[in-house]
Amino acid sequence: MPAVTQIVRLTVNGDLREVGVPMHFTLLEALRYGLGLTGSKQGCDKGDCGACTVILDGRPTLSCITPVFEAEGHAIVTVEGLADVEGPHPLQDAFDLHGAAQCGFCTPGILCSAAVLLEKTTSPSRTEIKEALSGNLCRCTGYSKIYDAVASAGQRLQVEAQLGESGR
Amino acid sequence: MPELLGKDFTPPDIRGKVTGAAKYAEDFRMDGLLYCRLLTSPMPHARVLNIDLSKALGMEGVVDILTADEVPEQPGAATNILTNEPHFVGEPILAVAAVDETIAQNAIEAIKLDFEPLPFCVDPLESLRPGGPNAYLEGNAVVPRQGVQEFKWTAEDFEAAGEGELPMGEPTAEWSYGDLEAGFSEAVFTLDETFVTASNSHHSMEPRTALAYWENGKCHVRGSTQSQSFVVPGLANYIGIEPENVVYVAEYCGGGFGSKGSAYPTMAIPAHMSRKTGRPVLMRISRAEEYFLGSARPGFQGRIKMGFREDGRISAVDLYIVQESGSNGGGGDMGAAASSVSIVYTPLAMRYRGISVLTNTPPRGAQRGPGQNQIAMAVEPLLDKAARQLGIDLVAIRRINAPTNDSRYGANRQPVTSAHLRDALDIGAEQFAWQERRARSGQRDGSKIRAVAVGQAFHSAGSSGYDGLVRITPDGILHIHSGVGNLGTYSYASTSRVAAEVLKYDWDNCEIARGDSSLGLPWNLGQFGSNTSFTMTRTNYAAAMDTLSKLKEIAAMEFGGSAEDYDISGESVFNRSNPSRRMSYARAAQRAIELGGAYSGHTVPDDINPMTARAVAGLVDTGLIGVARDNMGQRGMVPALAVGFIEIELDVETGKVEILDYLGVADCGTVNHPQGLATQIKGGAVMGFGMACTERLIYDNVWGLPGSVGFYQAKPPSYLDVPSEMGWAAVNIADPQNPVGSKGIGEPVMGCSAAALLCAISEALGGHYFNRTPVVIDMIVNAHSGQPQSHTPLQVNTQ
Repeated sequence: MPAVTQIVRLTVNGDLREVGVPMHFTLLEALRYGLGLTGSKQGCDKGDCGACTVILDGRPTLSCITPVFEAEGHAIVTVEGLADVEGPHPLQDAFDLHGAAQCGFCTPGILCSAAVLLEKTTSPSRTEIKEALSGNLCRCTGYSKIYDAVASAGQRLQVEAQLGESGR
Repeated sequence: MPELLGKDFTPPDIRGKVTGAAKYAEDFRMDGLLYCRLLTSPMPHARVLNIDLSKALGMEGVVDILTADEVPEQPGAATNILTNEPHFVGEPILAVAAVDETIAQNAIEAIKLDFEPLPFCVDPLESLRPGGPNAYLEGNAVVPRQGVQEFKWTAEDFEAAGEGELPMGEPTAEWSYGDLEAGFSEAVFTLDETFVTASNSHHSMEPRTALAYWENGKCHVRGSTQSQSFVVPGLANYIGIEPENVVYVAEYCGGGFGSKGSAYPTMAIPAHMSRKTGRPVLMRISRAEEYFLGSARPGFQGRIKMGFREDGRISAVDLYIVQESGSNGGGGDMGAAASSVSIVYTPLAMRYRGISVLTNTPPRGAQRGPGQNQIAMAVEPLLDKAARQLGIDLVAIRRINAPTNDSRYGANRQPVTSAHLRDALDIGAEQFAWQERRARSGQRDGSKIRAVAVGQAFHSAGSSGYDGLVRITPDGILHIHSGVGNLGTYSYASTSRVAAEVLKYDWDNCEIARGDSSLGLPWNLGQFGSNTSFTMTRTNYAAAMDTLSKLKEIAAMEFGGSAEDYDISGESVFNRSNPSRRMSYARAAQRAIELGGAYSGHTVPDDINPMTARAVAGLVDTGLIGVARDNMGQRGMVPALAVGFIEIELDVETGKVEILDYLGVADCGTVNHPQGLATQIKGGAVMGFGMACTERLIYDNVWGLPGSVGFYQAKPPSYLDVPSEMGWAAVNIADPQNPVGSKGIGEPVMGCSAAALLCAISEALGGHYFNRTPVVIDMIVNAHSGQPQSHTPLQVNTQ
C-alpha cells in the first residue's frame, strides 16, 4: 500500500510552503522530493556525514534524521536560502575565493553549519570552527581551506558591521 | 611569461556548488519518474534457486521488476549488473521500480528468494591452502589471459615459511631485473619483513546514483562518475547499445577517488529498467550499499626483503604480494606497487612476484595511488629502520636512493620523463626545519612522545594520444570542449586554460563545454590516475595549435602572404610586417564557416577517435573548429612524486596520535593552478592519515558478513582528526615532455602522508615496525606496553 500522505506546512527560506508527504518522511526527503530543494544532500542516511545539514530555528540540524512533522512550525534555512536579494552570503563568496569546495557534495551542509557559527561570532578561532563543523565530513579538501574560508567570511562580516552597512 | 597558467582563478562550476544549484545525479526529477531499489544478497556466495515475485508485483505502486536474466552477463570475474550467483554480501540480485522509494523497498521485503549457500572465503591465504575455499565455483585466482582458475599452493609452501612469515608459493605474476643474488651479497644490512595492508573504501561523499530515460532511440543517463567521455563506451556495453546512442551527463561528481573512473555495472540498471517500463528511472544508492557496490582498495599480504649497502644504497629488493582482489579480481595494485618500489628506491636489483586472489567481499578497484600507496605504507618505515641501523639521517637515506631523470621504471626498465624527488626532499627539509625538528624527535613529556618523520610516494601520472577540440564562434568566444570529466579538483578547467594561453585569450571570453556528451565532447582519457594535468594539457594544446594554424591560414587568404607571416594578439590575427592587416577572431570564425572544409568541421583528421569525429559533426559550421589528436610523442613514464614531512605527539597511555604539523611537497612539473595543487596536497594528506590509522574494510570470517558499512565504522578522518593548517610546496621544474611542463600529482600526495604518519608513529615507539596498516590505537598501546597484539601476523579483517 502506498504510504498515507499528509499536508505539512513548512517555513523554508522565508516562505511558508505546504507539501504532501508520507508521514514517515524526513525533513530532507520533504525538501528534496516534496519541494524540489535538492541543494541539501543525502550522503549517509543516518546522520553521520552532515551533508544534509540545514538551519532550523538558528541551529544546525541533520535533516536526514529529523522527521518532517517535527519541523512544522519552525524556520528552516537551506543552502538555497543563504543568499538574499542583495547577494550571496559572505561564506559563499569566501568558499569561491579560497577554493574551499572541491567535489561540492558536502559543501551545502558545511555552509549551513558555518553560517550558524558566524551568527554567534564573526571572529571564530580555529578551535571554534573545528567544533562547529566537526559533524560535516569532507573527503576532498583536507579541511584547511574550509577553515580559511570561514575565517575570511567572518572577517568580511566584521568589516561590514564596522561600516554599518550590509554590503551584501 | 604565461598570462593564465600558474595563476589562481575561480572555476566556473564552484558557484553552483555553494548555492545548491549544482545538479548531481540524484538531484534530477522528471515527470513520471520511477524510483528503483535493489534486492541484494544477504550471503557472501550463493545460488538463487527460486524467485517468487508475485506478491511484490501485486503491490499498488510497484511498476516492474528487473532480474539478472534480462541484463547482459559480464565475462569472467567481472561484476555483473544483476546476478543469480552473488559473490559478496550486497551484490544486486534484482531491482524493483515503483512510484516512490518506500514502495520499492516494501516490495523488496515481499519478494521470496530461495538460496543455496555456496562455499566462500574472506582470507586470500586461506584460499591458497590445499583444499582451501574458493570464492568462485571455477576457482580462486584470476590468472592473466586464462580467467578464473583454481590456484593452490602446496603444504610444503606453507611449512617453508617461518613463524609469522608470508608463505611464498607459485605466483601468477613475476618479473625481475639486475643480479638479485649479487645485490643481497653486497648488502651489509638486510631486512625481511612480512606485512599486511587492509582494504579500505573510497568514501566518496556522493553515493553512485544514476537516472536514465529513453528518447528517440537514445538512452539518456545522468550518472556520478569522475570521467565523462571515457565512461560512454563501457556504459553503452552495459546497456547493450552502441556508444553513439548514449547521451551521458556527468556535470558534477560528488567524489570518486578512483571508484567512479569508468562505467560501473549498477549505473546501467536504471537504463534497463527504463527500457522495460518506458518511464524515466532514478536509482539512488544508499551509503550502506556504497560499501558493497562502491569498490575498495585491495589489501595486501606481503613480504619484502631489502638489502642495504653501508652507504645506505639499496642493493636488492625481493617483493612478494598476495593481493586480496575481492569478487572481481581487483585491479593492478600489486604490480603497480612493485613498479613503485623500482622507481622510488631505484634498487640495483629487484624481483617481484605476486598473486591476485578472489574473495567473497566487494569488488576491488583503483583507489587513489593504487598499489603505490599501500607499498609506501609498508616500505617507508623499513627505510627508517635501515637508516637507524646504518646511522644515516632519514632524509639522507631517501636522497641516496631517490630517482633522477635517468632512472628506469618497472619490469621493462622504462625511462622517465622527469624525476625530482631529491629536490622535493631538499625543499621540504628546508621549509620544515628538518634538522631543528629532528633534534626534538623522541622527546617525552609525561605520557606524550614527540616524533618527526618523512614519507614518500609515487604514481605514474600521465598519458598521451587523446583528442583535443576547441571552437571559436563568430561572437569571438573560445569554446573549449573537454571530455575528461569533473571529479572536483577543477583540473578540467585548469587544463582548459592551456588552449586560452596558446591563443592569447582573455579568460573571460572562454567557455568550457563539458559534462554532457550532447554538447560535442572529444574522446579523452578518464579523470583518474593523476593523468589529467599531463594528458589534458597536451590535448588542449594540440587543439589550440590546430586553431592557431587555421587562424593564420585564414588571415593569409584574406590579406595575402603565407601563414608564417602572421601572429596573434588581442584575440586577433595580424600580419607581422603590416600589423594593420588584422582580423579579429570573431571575423576569422565567420570566415571559417564561409570556407567550410576543415576550417568549420566538415572534414576532420583521419587519426582522431570516432567519438571526437561525431562531436565535430555536431558542431559543423558553428565556427572555426580546432581539432587534433595529441601526436606529440611521449618517451617514458610520467612520475608523480611526493614527499610529506610530519610532526606528531603520541600518547602512549591512550594510543592517541595528534598531528601537530604537516608539510607536503610535490614534484608535479610546472605548477599550473596553485590553489588546486594546495588542495590536492592537503586533501590527499588527510585521506592518507585515514588510510594509515583508521580506515579499513572488515569481514567476519565465520559468516562472511561486513563489519564496516557506515562512516562511523569505516572511519574516514573528520576535522577532529587532522590539523587545521598544513603546509605545501612544489618543486616547480617543468616536465620536458609536456608543452606547458605539467604532470599529475593527486595520488602520491596521499601515500606520502600515510607513510610519514606511520614512520612518525614508529619513531615515537623507538623504531617499532607494526607489519600492518591501519595502525589503530590498540596496536600502539600494545606495542608500547609490550603486550601481544590481538591479531596474528598474517590475519586479515582485524579491528
